[in-house]
Amino acid sequence: EDKEEDESKKEDNGSQQNRASRRKNYQRKNRDGRKAGEEGSQKKDRGKTAPTKDQKESENKEKKTTKKGKEGENKQKKDRKSSTSSASSNSSDEESLSQEELTMLMEQVEQKKKLISTMRNKPWRMVKKLSVLREAQDFVEKFEGALGKGKGKKLYAYKMMMAKKWVKFKRDFENFKTQCIPWEMKIKEVESHFGSSVASYFIFLRWMYGVNLVLFGLIFGLVIIPEILMGMPYGSMPRKTVPRAEQATAMDFSVLWDFEGYIKYSALFYGYYNNQRTIGWLKYRLPMAYFMVGISVFGYSLMVVIRSMARNANESTADGDDDNFIFSWKMFTSWDYLIGNPETADNKFASITTSFKESIVDEQESNKDENIHLRRFLRVLANVLIICCLCGSGYLIYFVVKRSQTFSKMQNVGWYERNEVEIVMSLLGMFCPPLFETIAALENYHPRIGLKWQLGRIFALFLGNLYTFLLALMDDVNDKLAEEDVVKNITHWTLLGHHNSSAGNDSTVTPPPLDPADVPRGPCWETTVGIEFMRLTVSDILVTYITILVGDFIRACFVRFVNYCWCWDLEAGFPSYAEFDISGNVLGLVFNQGMIWMGSFYAPGLVGINVLRLLTSMYFQCWAVMSSNVPHERVFKASKSNNFYMGLLLLILFLSLLPVAYTIMSLPPSFDCGPFSGKKRMYEVIQETIELDFPHFVAKIFSYVANPGLIIPAILLMILAIYYLNAVSQAYQRANAELKKKMQMQREEEKNKRNNKASTNATLQDLEDILTPSTKTESAPKEAEDKKTESPNGTSPVRKPGRGAALDDNPMAGRRGAAFTPPSQVFVTQPWTLGNRAPYPGQPRPWGHPPGPVLGRGRGQPHY
Amino acid sequence: ESGSGAMGGSASLLPRDALGEYQELTFLSKQEILLAYKRFSELLPKEERENACTARIPKSHILMLPELRANPFQHRICHVFSTSETGDDSMSFEDFLDMLSVFSDSATSDIKSHYAFRIFDFDDDGTLDRKDLEQLVNCLTGQGEESRLSSAEMEQLIQNILEESDIDKDGTINLSEFQHVVSRSPDFASSFKIVL
Repeated sequence: EDKEEDESKKEDNGSQQNRASRRKNYQRKNRDGRKAGEEGSQKKDRGKTAPTKDQKESENKEKKTTKKGKEGENKQKKDRKSSTSSASSNSSDEESLSQEELTMLMEQVEQKKKLISTMRNKPWRMVKKLSVLREAQDFVEKFEGALGKGKGKKLYAYKMMMAKKWVKFKRDFENFKTQCIPWEMKIKEVESHFGSSVASYFIFLRWMYGVNLVLFGLIFGLVIIPEILMGMPYGSMPRKTVPRAEQATAMDFSVLWDFEGYIKYSALFYGYYNNQRTIGWLKYRLPMAYFMVGISVFGYSLMVVIRSMARNANESTADGDDDNFIFSWKMFTSWDYLIGNPETADNKFASITTSFKESIVDEQESNKDENIHLRRFLRVLANVLIICCLCGSGYLIYFVVKRSQTFSKMQNVGWYERNEVEIVMSLLGMFCPPLFETIAALENYHPRIGLKWQLGRIFALFLGNLYTFLLALMDDVNDKLAEEDVVKNITHWTLLGHHNSSAGNDSTVTPPPLDPADVPRGPCWETTVGIEFMRLTVSDILVTYITILVGDFIRACFVRFVNYCWCWDLEAGFPSYAEFDISGNVLGLVFNQGMIWMGSFYAPGLVGINVLRLLTSMYFQCWAVMSSNVPHERVFKASKSNNFYMGLLLLILFLSLLPVAYTIMSLPPSFDCGPFSGKKRMYEVIQETIELDFPHFVAKIFSYVANPGLIIPAILLMILAIYYLNAVSQAYQRANAELKKKMQMQREEEKNKRNNKASTNATLQDLEDILTPSTKTESAPKEAEDKKTESPNGTSPVRKPGRGAALDDNPMAGRRGAAFTPPSQVFVTQPWTLGNRAPYPGQPRPWGHPPGPVLGRGRGQPHY
Repeated sequence: ESGSGAMGGSASLLPRDALGEYQELTFLSKQEILLAYKRFSELLPKEERENACTARIPKSHILMLPELRANPFQHRICHVFSTSETGDDSMSFEDFLDMLSVFSDSATSDIKSHYAFRIFDFDDDGTLDRKDLEQLVNCLTGQGEESRLSSAEMEQLIQNILEESDIDKDGTINLSEFQHVVSRSPDFASSFKIVL
């Protein structure tokens, strides 16, 4: 035991020596660095007077970096030497490290690792980053193994290896993921021609395509494919057969185009599905699957939309509605660096110029008063007109849907009568927005506010139209339900009569079944609803494409080619080329998606059509926008509106969930079609499954859970939770605002101080470091650079002494500090500024006023 | 045709460990780095393609890239990212990667604003003064005579900008003031972007 103690003592000694030597290394290095810095600055001072200062400076820099590199190598060598020497002196190296030493080393290794992972955030040049990275990696590699003891060492090494592998795997996976994203190049091309705002529409379209692809997979994989593979084949039962009366025309294109005939009696629609509990040898519970898929379509969509909204909200750290920096934002952030096309660049120049001019004029005009009564009157008038338009369009749709119901009862109606609803709705969607825009000209809003109003009105129009359509459809459904009762009896008696009659003929054999095409059947309102949505979607697609073709492409062709022989300049004058209507297109997409969500429960094939639509739309619109549109004259902001569109999508999703939920919960399903036929309500399929397929106690638990006595408290609890979270978030917001205010005040204070006694901060140092060697007016302080190049190493735990002496070297900073700030304040409140120096000592200040009065002024008035 | 062959082979010339290091040090993915390498070596004359990692491309060639062609700050961008010692703003592959990394989608808004500041700092003195702002406005309004702002408008505009952003009222905008303003802008990070 004595021996062991001895050993450990020795080890302790060794480690202390080790540590001491290392510390010496640091100190030496620091000293060297400082010396080099001073040398450099001296040289620089000399260089300032010389005419070829630039070259010299760059030389200096070069020398310095090489020196530093050597130094680093030296240090590494020393480190290595010391570690090897300690290894040779001690038989067990890993145990030679004391606990304290170990934790320190561990800390350093962690620091290095952190440095490696955050290196890309540093505004350094690649050469420097590379050297620092290599150094850090060497360090980590060397000392990582020394951490941990005995058995722990192996485990530690293993853990480290796994962590490295994991990082590599994650990187590879990221690479793979970026490779899988389609249409990158297409969108990039659009971006370079039209800037990021138009591209944001295509990115939205691509996102929508992804979401729809998942929905398509869900519905096809779990409902349509199983039905086709394992369900009863076509013609086996009445709901899967075209009725006798329609069979003659069931394959005509005009009939198929209206989603009648064979398409109506296919797996694309609700009515085709059988209410058999299980199908095929897999005992696949199709009705259950149908119901669950219908719910999970909404569930998945909600989840995706909310997740992406949350992500957007997280990413946008800025609150955006800050009106403090209108001019500065215009100045610093208005150029779109994605623009790669000279023509677009010219447009952008023009739009930026106009926006500058406008904002200057706005600023001047805001003080001017004008006839506010006239403007108010005009705005009220415009709103009245628009409300009239909205009501009119709503009534028109209601009227048309009602009329279509009478048409549907009549025989041999024409094509127009059959498609009146869709045509009217599409026409309204086409002509109302321009009308609104014309009316909005009365209001004389600022373009940005005007755009918001316009979007809101179009949204109201679409929504109103959709809901009127739904209401009218609901009337229709109620009619159908009443009709169904009658048919149900007829069917019953027919079947009974058939059985009786056949039983009468020959009593021994079972009666030959009535041909499924002849069985009288109910109206099947679910399929009707599905067909309506299908038609609406298709007509929407057609109208969109035709609008693009006529409004954009033909117009562009006309303007381009007729311009040679026309009285005025068509390109610059009246028709000119079309702009890409971002907001209209996004709204169209959002509403289309709403229809898909509403309709997909009753027409599972709808999502397939939508996927096709989005796919073609991607190519078609990309082509159209590149071939026949011109970039915007107005400046559009892309990023901010992103969450706005997502919000619209969420609203639409919720609104489309309502009618579907209503029909599921409170309308009886048709008696002779669909997976839920024969049940009182559609959701009974869940109860049935639980009762028949699960053990008894599950059913019991379910019945308890479904008890209103449990549900109502649960809802209450949720409301309380929402209330509480809301209150908490409000409190956070207040705290946030408070902090912001504090920060601003602090910043102001700091600024005032800095104004007098200039100091450097980390970012400024970085800036100085990479100021190009050809800096003409200025010489960056070398010392600051030294400090900075060392600090990322993180190897010096103590503050270097003697730094304050540097202050005296610089007469300028010293003088300034003494002259304009009370020294006590400097020492008490900001001791750390002591060691720092002016960022640019000796620089003649280009602005005239002395800093003294500035201090007072800055403090007197907060600028926020 | 030999060119395309060289292009195809050029991607493999970038050493594996260098690729890993570049991924570690930039915001670019592997594909983006390889694409950058391809584009970079395409800008080189054929005989220099073999050692594209060490070669420098003169500024005039860099400006021919379609991504930079229409950019009013193209000269500044070259200047800021070039490590050339002779001051001719030529770019090495690493400079090129530095540039793409800053302009990439995943770069933080901090580093973007840092470099934006340096791009806008026309005289490289570490602050944006009136001269810089004036030059910046001229860059943004284009070369055309009719789109230029009048001197009164210019004066007004710069005055307004300084009123908003110059927090310490020293007549110039320094880096932290600039970052303060730009970081609150909703669309700075999405527009300060160049994709190859």
